Amino acid sequence: MAELFTRPAAHDPSAPPLQVDGISLSYDGVTALRDISFNLPAGARVAVVGPNGAGKSTLFKILVGVLKPTRGEVRIYGASPGGHVCIAYVPQRSQVDWAFPVSVADVVMMGRIRTLGLFRWPTLGDWRRVDEALHRVGMLELRQRQIGELSGGQQQRVFLAQALAQGAELVLLDEPLSGLDVPSQEAIFSILDDLRTSGVTTLVATHDLNLAAERFDQILLLNRRLVALGPPASVFTRPLLLEAYGGHMHLVPEGEGVMVLTDSCCDGEEADHE
Amino acid sequence: MSDVLTWLAEPLHYAFMVRGLLAALIVGIVCPVLGAYVVLRGMAFFGDALAHIILPGVVIAFLLGWPLGIGALITGVLAALGIGALSQHKEIKEDTAMGVIFAGAFALGIALLSTQRSYAVDLSHILFGNLLGVSAGDLWLMGGLAVVVVALVFAFYKEFLVLSFDPVLAVTLRLPVSFLRNLLLVLIAVVIVASLQAVGVTLVLAMLVTPAASAHLLTRRLPGMMMLGATLGAVGAVVGLYLSYYGNVASGPAIVLTETLLFVLVLLFGPRRGLLWRRRAAGL
Repeated sequence: MAELFTRPAAHDPSAPPLQVDGISLSYDGVTALRDISFNLPAGARVAVVGPNGAGKSTLFKILVGVLKPTRGEVRIYGASPGGHVCIAYVPQRSQVDWAFPVSVADVVMMGRIRTLGLFRWPTLGDWRRVDEALHRVGMLELRQRQIGELSGGQQQRVFLAQALAQGAELVLLDEPLSGLDVPSQEAIFSILDDLRTSGVTTLVATHDLNLAAERFDQILLLNRRLVALGPPASVFTRPLLLEAYGGHMHLVPEGEGVMVLTDSCCDGEEADHE
Repeated sequence: MSDVLTWLAEPLHYAFMVRGLLAALIVGIVCPVLGAYVVLRGMAFFGDALAHIILPGVVIAFLLGWPLGIGALITGVLAALGIGALSQHKEIKEDTAMGVIFAGAFALGIALLSTQRSYAVDLSHILFGNLLGVSAGDLWLMGGLAVVVVALVFAFYKEFLVLSFDPVLAVTLRLPVSFLRNLLLVLIAVVIVASLQAVGVTLVLAMLVTPAASAHLLTRRLPGMMMLGATLGAVGAVVGLYLSYYGNVASGPAIVLTETLLFVLVLLFGPRRGLLWRRRAAGL
């Protein structure tokens, strides 16, 4: 039974943090994702955008290993997701039970339990790591709070601290920015900057195309298949956006080819339910 | 003062009352520890279904002259693993499948029992418990199961916590998720079996859920929720048993009613999430 808990992680630091090779997923005859391939370099900050139902959450679940693709392969630092503990997934706020009796520090400590191992209790050193992670996201003062007593932005920061405590090198965030005011969004971005400095690769699903264009190195435009991946200027073009969003998008040309982009389809199933 | 002591001591002159009290305490303390997970994971229906599915196992053991606890334990563990496997299957909705098996197994148990002459008495004992009929052997079995359950809940504390709070994190941390999930289901089955003698098939659910639900309203961390739940469970067991002795009420229902009353009080007047304070906080 012990090896259930101590499977070693194959981790080749010279391999790219994320290699996706021809993955497809279909269930009940519906194709959720079709033939998606891409590579990401270490430290990249990628916005994953696309209309509702484009498969953003599905893609994330495949990358972390919760869902198995029907075809294709995901490699994280050279090995399949099954061997890794270096991936962190920050769930949508609506997916979390905020009434759960855990403190901020408890949630961050969860990131360390695999490193701790079975039948081991956190030591003072582990709690220090938790405090360091909380300090990095500016949440140290609130470490004793029950998680439901935090604001939306603070809740996201707690999960980022958990990813830090886990030592994650690939962090996926599902809609972390929606419903946050500008200062809270800025707080998240300064943590993402901190992650980029330490070479952590981040994928952020978002509906906010303006933020995606301004604050990310690369855009992954998704609509069941990979429409485009590249720097914002090369992805946010009229033909590619029309291809991904179809009639759900209003494009307003402005100045020298710059566009004001309005995603008019955000009230769907991915909206935050409180 | 001495009147109170006499009042408290009187039932304890009877050995069967002492055994009943010990049994009620074991059940009252252990159930909420696991019940915390039942409440937090929304598994109340699973617990209820499992308790009823155990019935035919108990009856078959009874008909064969085996110890009832053994029959219950075997059926309980098999049913827990069966439901666990079923919930991975996407064709049937989990609660529908549980509902079908739950009612079917319960009917089978009652049908088997109805062939017996002592049907009515046995049935009421199985359905509502027979705390005052607890033998020394039953007590040892309950105590043993309780120790095993608490030890495992303690040993796998952080893994169960992650599994319950964030199943996706459990996967990304590469924890053995299905092993842990099945272990938790089996532990719930074991606790139900240990409680059958005390409160019966139909009231076990209250022991698992009610004190844990009260504790959830009052605490902000899981260890506190478990400890407070166990305390409330113990208080409910003792108070309920005295009510039963002096009020001449069946013991199982008396304990459950006490737990329920405690829950209503917490719900109304609890300092953190009590309805009364919420209205105040809302500025009414």
